[in-house]
Amino acid sequence: MEFKFTDEQIMIRDTAEAFVSEVSTSAAVRSAMLEPAGYDKDLWRKISADMFWQALPIPEVLGGLGLGYVELAATLEQTGRFLLCSPLMATAAFAVPAIRLAASEEQQALYLERILEGQVATLAHAGIQTHGSQINVQANITDQGVGLNGISRHVLNGQSADFFIVAAEETFASGEQGISLWFVDRDTQGLTIKSLPTMDQTRRLAELQCDNLVLSPEQRLGAVAQCQAQLLNSILDLAAIAVSAEQVGGAQQSLDISVAYIKERVQFGRTIASYQAIKHKCADMMLKAESARSGLYYAACIADEFLAGACDAETLAEAASISKAYSSEAFFFNAGCGIQLHGGVGITSEYDIQLYFKRAKALESFLGNASEHRERLAKQLLDSEVSL
Amino acid sequence: MKLRFSASDEAFRVEIANWLRDNLCGEFESIRFRGGPGDEHSFVEERKAWERKLGEAGWTCIGWPHDWGGRAASIEQQVVFNEEYARAGGPGRIGHIGETLMGPTLIAYGSEAQKAKYLPSIRSGDAIWCQGYSEPSAGSDLANVKTKAVFDEQAQVWQITGQKVWTSLAHESQYCFVVARTDPQAKGHKGLGFFMLDMHQPGVTIRPIEQLTGTSEFNEVFFDSAVCSVEDIVGKPGEGWQVAMALLGFERGVSTLGQQMLFQNEFNDIVQLAKSNGADRDPMLRQRIAEAHIGLRIMRYNTLRVLSGSDEGELQAEGMIYKLYWSSWHRNLGKLAMDVMGSDSEILDAEPYELNRLQSMFLFTRADTIYGGTNQIQRNLIAERALGMPREPRGNN
Repeated sequence: MEFKFTDEQIMIRDTAEAFVSEVSTSAAVRSAMLEPAGYDKDLWRKISADMFWQALPIPEVLGGLGLGYVELAATLEQTGRFLLCSPLMATAAFAVPAIRLAASEEQQALYLERILEGQVATLAHAGIQTHGSQINVQANITDQGVGLNGISRHVLNGQSADFFIVAAEETFASGEQGISLWFVDRDTQGLTIKSLPTMDQTRRLAELQCDNLVLSPEQRLGAVAQCQAQLLNSILDLAAIAVSAEQVGGAQQSLDISVAYIKERVQFGRTIASYQAIKHKCADMMLKAESARSGLYYAACIADEFLAGACDAETLAEAASISKAYSSEAFFFNAGCGIQLHGGVGITSEYDIQLYFKRAKALESFLGNASEHRERLAKQLLDSEVSL
Repeated sequence: MKLRFSASDEAFRVEIANWLRDNLCGEFESIRFRGGPGDEHSFVEERKAWERKLGEAGWTCIGWPHDWGGRAASIEQQVVFNEEYARAGGPGRIGHIGETLMGPTLIAYGSEAQKAKYLPSIRSGDAIWCQGYSEPSAGSDLANVKTKAVFDEQAQVWQITGQKVWTSLAHESQYCFVVARTDPQAKGHKGLGFFMLDMHQPGVTIRPIEQLTGTSEFNEVFFDSAVCSVEDIVGKPGEGWQVAMALLGFERGVSTLGQQMLFQNEFNDIVQLAKSNGADRDPMLRQRIAEAHIGLRIMRYNTLRVLSGSDEGELQAEGMIYKLYWSSWHRNLGKLAMDVMGSDSEILDAEPYELNRLQSMFLFTRADTIYGGTNQIQRNLIAERALGMPREPRGNN
């Protein structure tokens, strides 16, 4: 047991902190979020070519850095902290785990290579499955080929993705039966990508409309006909842990910029940071940020164990739900308190706390909000014969 | 970053689990899951005997150095010990103040003579200690102690006079460590001394405080020229505050993992109850049960982070949230237990006022957010020490 970063992990985190704090300033974020893609493409080229962060969780034999989820979480904590606008999470934390878990060896070599070259990839499915299947894309599989029809919403960075991993349900299947995953290139005929206007402008979501997309059987992840519902759940769990990492960074920064502000703000002849009503709010925020961080590091360790085959999907699901439920509420709490601590300027667009507040709301509802994840844990605790 | 314990730590886990299975039975069966905060008054004689049993087998003070009879156990081993102890239903350790507070303080700051005099009886499980810090006018404001220590030149002893309060197990203890004012002119944290006092003497009177549970584990302790040998002051007169604060520093240690295992036992009881009485079908209760589960798991990882040491060896801010975190969590668990019990939560086990374990836990958790530094004091400490926010102006006293 050594529940702290190794020297190498500290170096990775510090490098990320130094880089992101320099390139993702308030002005840079405000400019990037107005770009058509929702991010600065030159900066993404720098991230993918120089920093090579999308390679963190890709095995060395396939050309990646062969590092784990802990390193990815340490990096995403920093990107979340500085509201970096980039397709890093969609590519490295959504698409890469999907490919590693579900794709065949040939497919892994092919598609991970594209990611290593800097292509953007994402997952076209953004719901945890507490309320049964939420898949609105049907795969009609016949001897002649495969046809994909339907709509997938809330696709992170869908606007700019070079390829998608689309979750589909076989026609006439129900519940978690017949779920399959498909590689779909952005220029596939019949695919319409519609940008959805979002409350949080630092993070773009798209809607994919599939009108009779014609795919070959080789585009099916794993390339064999088996239900991938359980795999999809694990992919979403790994993605949820990545979202938690950005939430932890955001929760920390919401606290830090608020404390910096209130130390300067003077009322009644003293800095408002000296009033207990203010201090106690900050103490609660720190408790939330640190606890969310502990939950994240635990979940990231479990993610690494899962990817190494050292724990089962239930254990991963538990860890992901613990982390996502806690960090969702922690970030929202801290960003909300942050606005209150800023007073009047907290609701202006000039101060950054409003950007964190919107990001907090966006990440909270993405991939299952706190109550959905708690209900998932309640099922494990209360509805199964085997207790945790 | 590694979550799992090593193979040798896991072997140690098996060793302690086996020993507990073979020894925490028979005459000790009745004290399983008993004692501890809220239940400290129960089975005192049996728990003293159990303490000696642990001592004989070398299971007390395992983190102490070999020189003083410890095992010099690593942090990991201490964590494992505390987890297995609580998992097996090991009773609340009646010797814990000596083992976790007084002993480490003496090892760090005591003279060789003091160590030789006091450590062996703590290690063997024979000597029970209690803590003499709080006073009626010195609660959160601990530095405001009024208890006086006057040096009797003729007899060459210290004479202690004053009143302490909230002293757990005072009537069961052989010794008490007492913070008292050695310099009557000094104020605040200056001019204090740290004394080790024999409780079995004429100048000591103990009066139990009946709590809202109807039971008494706290006491008022009155000193009327109680005598303390000149050899029994730790540090010099005037250094009492430094020693007293150092002692509190030992409090946030590995025993917290054992405490969490007790919480886990309580949580498991609530889950079982919810499954048996249908509360598990209430969507709101399901949410709260899951929330309690999340909170307890995160408490564990908060602790493992602190025990693993910080990444760069700086002051560990995350350690400062611990008290606020667990006390708030536990208080919520108490309320959850009552809500899961439903209307039965109102019905006691027996006359005149026999509470069941969850009812007792519910009532006593209201103390959790008060003793050992109230939640409000904890928030001040976090804001001032971890976040660097300025102190509020002090009043005059």
